[in-house]
Amino acid sequence: MKAAKTVAYPVAAQNRSRGMESRTNQERLARTAAYLIITLVAVAYVFPLYWMVVTALKTDVEIFRVPPSLLPENPQWQNFPLSTTYIPFWQYMWNTMVISALTILGVVVSSAFIAYGFARVRWPGRNLVFMVYLSTIMLPAQVTLIPLYIVFRQFGWVGTILPLVVPAFFGNALYVFLLRQFFMTIPNELTDAARIDGASELGIFSRIMLPLLKPALATVALFTFVATYRDFLGPLIYLTDQSQWTISLGLQMFKNMYGAQWQLMMAAATITMIPTVVLFFLTQRTFIEGIALTGIKG
Amino acid sequence: MATAATSRRRSGWTRSQWQSLLTGLAFISPAILGVLFFAAWPIVQSFYYSFTYYTILQPPYFIALDNYRDLFSDRIFAIAVRNTLYMVLIGLPVHLVFDFLMALLLNMRIRGLSIYRTIFYLPSITPVVASVIVWLWLFNGQYGVLNEIIGWFGVQPIGWLTDPRYTKPSLIFMGLWFGGNTILIYLAGLRDVPISLLEAAELDGANALRKTWHVTLPMVSPVIFYTLIINVIGYFQYFTEAWVLTATRDGAAGGPLNSMLFYAMYLYQTAFQQFKMGYASAQAWVLFLIVLIATVIVFRTSGWVYYRSEE
Repeated sequence: MKAAKTVAYPVAAQNRSRGMESRTNQERLARTAAYLIITLVAVAYVFPLYWMVVTALKTDVEIFRVPPSLLPENPQWQNFPLSTTYIPFWQYMWNTMVISALTILGVVVSSAFIAYGFARVRWPGRNLVFMVYLSTIMLPAQVTLIPLYIVFRQFGWVGTILPLVVPAFFGNALYVFLLRQFFMTIPNELTDAARIDGASELGIFSRIMLPLLKPALATVALFTFVATYRDFLGPLIYLTDQSQWTISLGLQMFKNMYGAQWQLMMAAATITMIPTVVLFFLTQRTFIEGIALTGIKG
Repeated sequence: MATAATSRRRSGWTRSQWQSLLTGLAFISPAILGVLFFAAWPIVQSFYYSFTYYTILQPPYFIALDNYRDLFSDRIFAIAVRNTLYMVLIGLPVHLVFDFLMALLLNMRIRGLSIYRTIFYLPSITPVVASVIVWLWLFNGQYGVLNEIIGWFGVQPIGWLTDPRYTKPSLIFMGLWFGGNTILIYLAGLRDVPISLLEAAELDGANALRKTWHVTLPMVSPVIFYTLIINVIGYFQYFTEAWVLTATRDGAAGGPLNSMLFYAMYLYQTAFQQFKMGYASAQAWVLFLIVLIATVIVFRTSGWVYYRSEE
């Protein structure tokens, strides 16, 4: 503990050793209190997830026992496969993955393109246009919802995934901002040299910049996946055909149709959460750095 | 090319400047098209719809200000506005303060930070519908574990989602669970507070509370400001959590006595269940103005935000 502190905060450690005895005592007390509170809150945070899994493993009788049992009497593992047959679970999962994949493709490609235009090409009026573009983030979705719905309906797109996927190919202001920040950190010498050698702007973008930007693109892809996987309002409005539903819509239907089958609903919710949880454990760093960079809403 | 040459004479731009302008615009062209198609044009169009009676099946019929007048006498709309303001004025401050306190605690160089970070962040990335279904079960009046837990402390069972007095506090309580994102944003901001400043304050004899108030808080105020703006806009559009909690099989939503009916939910019902597109557009425009005014107020009162670069 002591050694680790000295490495991470050498100056602070020196100060402390210079003699602030009462302060260290006070600090130790404060830190103990912090541990206590944070652990308590963490337990409260984990509890709903714990309760979800425990309920998923109970029988349809045991879930209604009062007082509830903290552990399943006889774990009903078959609840998990069973829950995926009550609704066409895997069909919904597949639909969600298709929408996510296309959205990621659209957002990553278009946002990288746009960000390059804002960060690496010097043109008059650039910063003003960028500020205007960025301000569209603040636009409440409701203002554009109805005209877009009407026009997509005229296109015959309602009931297909097109209204959810096509807009992704026109960029996302938040991710353009994130990628622009990355582009700005790449030294000019690199691109200037290529320009002198006669490389086209498109060549510089695809052959020099994109490879350097891979980590940032991964961040954007990750955040886009989470946002698409969590989306509810978009699919609710546009996916009128049940065979097209995403997993979020499917779970909502589960809730309305089989109201009292809590153990199966909890099993389905558990399976739904697994992809994002696994993804988080695999890519923790990318997530954390992405948030630190822009404060993105996941 | 010819136009480029003539205006070059007028504005004094060189050929390469024109070229870079065209290149720049070419790169951002998806954004230009996107803003025109998916933002600018729909805003104007919904403004027009807001003055019409429009059910999609028949062409829009101009009725001047009738939709806006109807809003004032619409009792349900008034409830939705009130509920939404409740979330913005009470839910949002509660959540931001809680998130900030959690970030402060996490920033105390505690061990196992990555574990805590994971625990707090997970609810923010799992699908909202799945999480809300879990909460529906926790909140259950008869068999819910929350009533069981408060029973250990001698508290009578609460109708979390059935008693109109408790429904919105229940939503706020549930919302604490979705704080991970903001907590991590604050934590990143706290990490950027220069240690030298905190030590200087310490040498001057400031205690932890004063250090937090006079050093940490001003230094992270831009981050707080950012989360405030984003969340004000977000809370005015509060939808999915309340919708999933309250929606019934026949499409009704809003909970007991409409105590969980929020602005975006009523707008959705007006547009996509009753197909009153004109009336819903009027609601959308009023929401737009409210959000705009709220944002301006937040910006205008941002004197407490301290920017290091302005030193």
